Amino acid sequence: MPDGNVLPPVLQVEHLTVRFKRRNTDVAAVNGVDFSLRAGETLTILGESGSGKSVSLKALMGLLPSYAGVSGKVWLNGQEILGLPAAALAKLRGGAVSMIFQEPMAALDPVYMIGQQIAETIVQHEGCDNRTAMKRALGLLEQVKIPSAERRLKNFPHEMSGGMRQRAMIALALACKPSVLLADEPTTALDVTVQIQILLLLRQLQAELGMAIVFVTHDVGAAAEISDRIAVMYAGRFVETGTARQVMRHAMHPYTQGLLSSTVHGGMRGRALETIPGSPPNLAELPPGCAFGPRCRYAVDACRHGDIPVITTATGAMARCVRVRDMVEV
Amino acid sequence: MTPDTRDRGGPAQPLLIVENLTKHFPVRGGLLNRQVATVQAVDDISFSVKKGETLGIVGESGCGKSTTARLLMRLMEPDAGSVVFDGDQVGDRRGISVSDMRRQMQMVFQDSYSSLNPRMTMAESIAYAPRMHGLRRRDAYDRAENLLSRVGLNPRQYARRYPHELSGGQRQRVNIARALALEPRLVILDEAVAALDKSVEAQVLNLLSDLKESLSLTYLFISHDLNVVEYMSDRVMVMYLGRVVEAGPVDEIYRHPRHPYTRALFASKPTLDPDRRTTEMPLTGDPPNPINPPSGCRFRTRCAFAQPRCAETLPPLLAPFDRHADPTHLVACMIPEAQLLPMELTYA
Repeated sequence: MPDGNVLPPVLQVEHLTVRFKRRNTDVAAVNGVDFSLRAGETLTILGESGSGKSVSLKALMGLLPSYAGVSGKVWLNGQEILGLPAAALAKLRGGAVSMIFQEPMAALDPVYMIGQQIAETIVQHEGCDNRTAMKRALGLLEQVKIPSAERRLKNFPHEMSGGMRQRAMIALALACKPSVLLADEPTTALDVTVQIQILLLLRQLQAELGMAIVFVTHDVGAAAEISDRIAVMYAGRFVETGTARQVMRHAMHPYTQGLLSSTVHGGMRGRALETIPGSPPNLAELPPGCAFGPRCRYAVDACRHGDIPVITTATGAMARCVRVRDMVEV
Repeated sequence: MTPDTRDRGGPAQPLLIVENLTKHFPVRGGLLNRQVATVQAVDDISFSVKKGETLGIVGESGCGKSTTARLLMRLMEPDAGSVVFDGDQVGDRRGISVSDMRRQMQMVFQDSYSSLNPRMTMAESIAYAPRMHGLRRRDAYDRAENLLSRVGLNPRQYARRYPHELSGGQRQRVNIARALALEPRLVILDEAVAALDKSVEAQVLNLLSDLKESLSLTYLFISHDLNVVEYMSDRVMVMYLGRVVEAGPVDEIYRHPRHPYTRALFASKPTLDPDRRTTEMPLTGDPPNPINPPSGCRFRTRCAFAQPRCAETLPPLLAPFDRHADPTHLVACMIPEAQLLPMELTYA
């Protein structure tokens, strides 16, 4: 860990594991995720569908169904929160930790006005009267740059455009000044011109409010725009972590390299794209050894069984790969 | 290669010429369910697609790119406009009938699951159209298996599977195979890779490029993803609220965008470089509602260069003001300053 004069982490996660056990299946969705996050820091969990990135977030918020087996340790501001009783968790959610989603319509109540919904959260968590809460709600809508905020307080969600709803949901999530904001693909459903506005807004709000953000996405572009650190997730594990620059410029893990080279960007016309063969593994029947092994062009015997070593570089980047030492200077 | 006997107009005849295509949807409501407004989904657009090229259509949601595709396939009737397929007017008595046109023009949709019949195996789905068009059962299934291997799926393994047994990428390969089953000349790809993960998207894009080459296809490639459109297209058309704002060769559009909307769109693209992050919002707010769009230039409400006359007339699609510009580059903007390239702007 780096020098001791920095702030203690606001969120610390140790060996988070999620299994979905049903009669015939045992799906290992998250297989031991560790990270810690300081105030004002953004960690992006980058992964494709089924990699376990959203499930990890939901596990942190205690939002998974009862048959999900969640284990590991999660500390929020020094308090252990995994396995807290439902009432205590409900107090945390929307308070010290809150979440924004891909689909704002699913997070907002369609039959209440935006102002009421935000005020209700504030009253619930802070016990102030409705009038003060409404005033705070107005301030929040202004903070997320909703034009004519006064009028928008009385809007129902369906009366707003997609980008506006996303802003309203962010205002709702920030209502009680959370120390951690969990963002589950909040820009995925938006048009490019709106997406960049939301990313810039999140960056600006973070600078003003100092919350830590866990940003989950499959979009390499969004990750490059918002992250301090990036964790690349595959089959329920972090296969590589590092600063945004380390991961984007000097990816060590073959999966990260494949993901970056198969992402189309400017100036690639006329060349065939480098792809990753095959498709992600079935989480109910993970292969032994490295889960990426069967698709990896560098795979050797050591990849096919046992635990895969975690290689950490002097600069703090990590890759979970047998071959890293053969491929890059560590 | 043997010349295509269906090629009637020769290489100089564009495969598709679209003129003044228009579709307005009425919005009903109020007492007596009268028409209260119109959505101008596609408003007077004209373009052509040359043989063997890929025309990309980009734009944000609600710009009319998918409606355009549906109008071309005649999945809905246009309000006005004409479509000429290889010299023959579609739906005209002396031209080509809609069903003959569909035999040569096929479409792949975004949602790979809902576009396959869940009760049909992959081979049945692919063989369905050829059988409807009179091919014998045996031959249709042979063709289906042949196509499955063409799109990279082993027929012995996949021919008898059902849609739910395949991954999204595999299903989209089947959709491509099905679109190719009638040996079309033009394939409309409407957000065909949008729902796929990046590593799978790259596989499907490579497949599409290979198929285009080996079957001498022409593509109409519709996507909201600017990078993917640049990668796939020879020419690009940018749409905004039902109208074409800019069109031209891909390099012209991507290197020298002239319309303020196109420039804002490109500036919104994430940089993929953590050291050169976007710091300013290229545009504020969402695209306006396509119900009762702004008068005149539809972009004027979000445009930094807007002047009073932009509200009065619809800007026509013309060559840029810059005399040195590529004449095949077309832009719908009446303000010369707005068309200046950012670099020239700093020197001005």
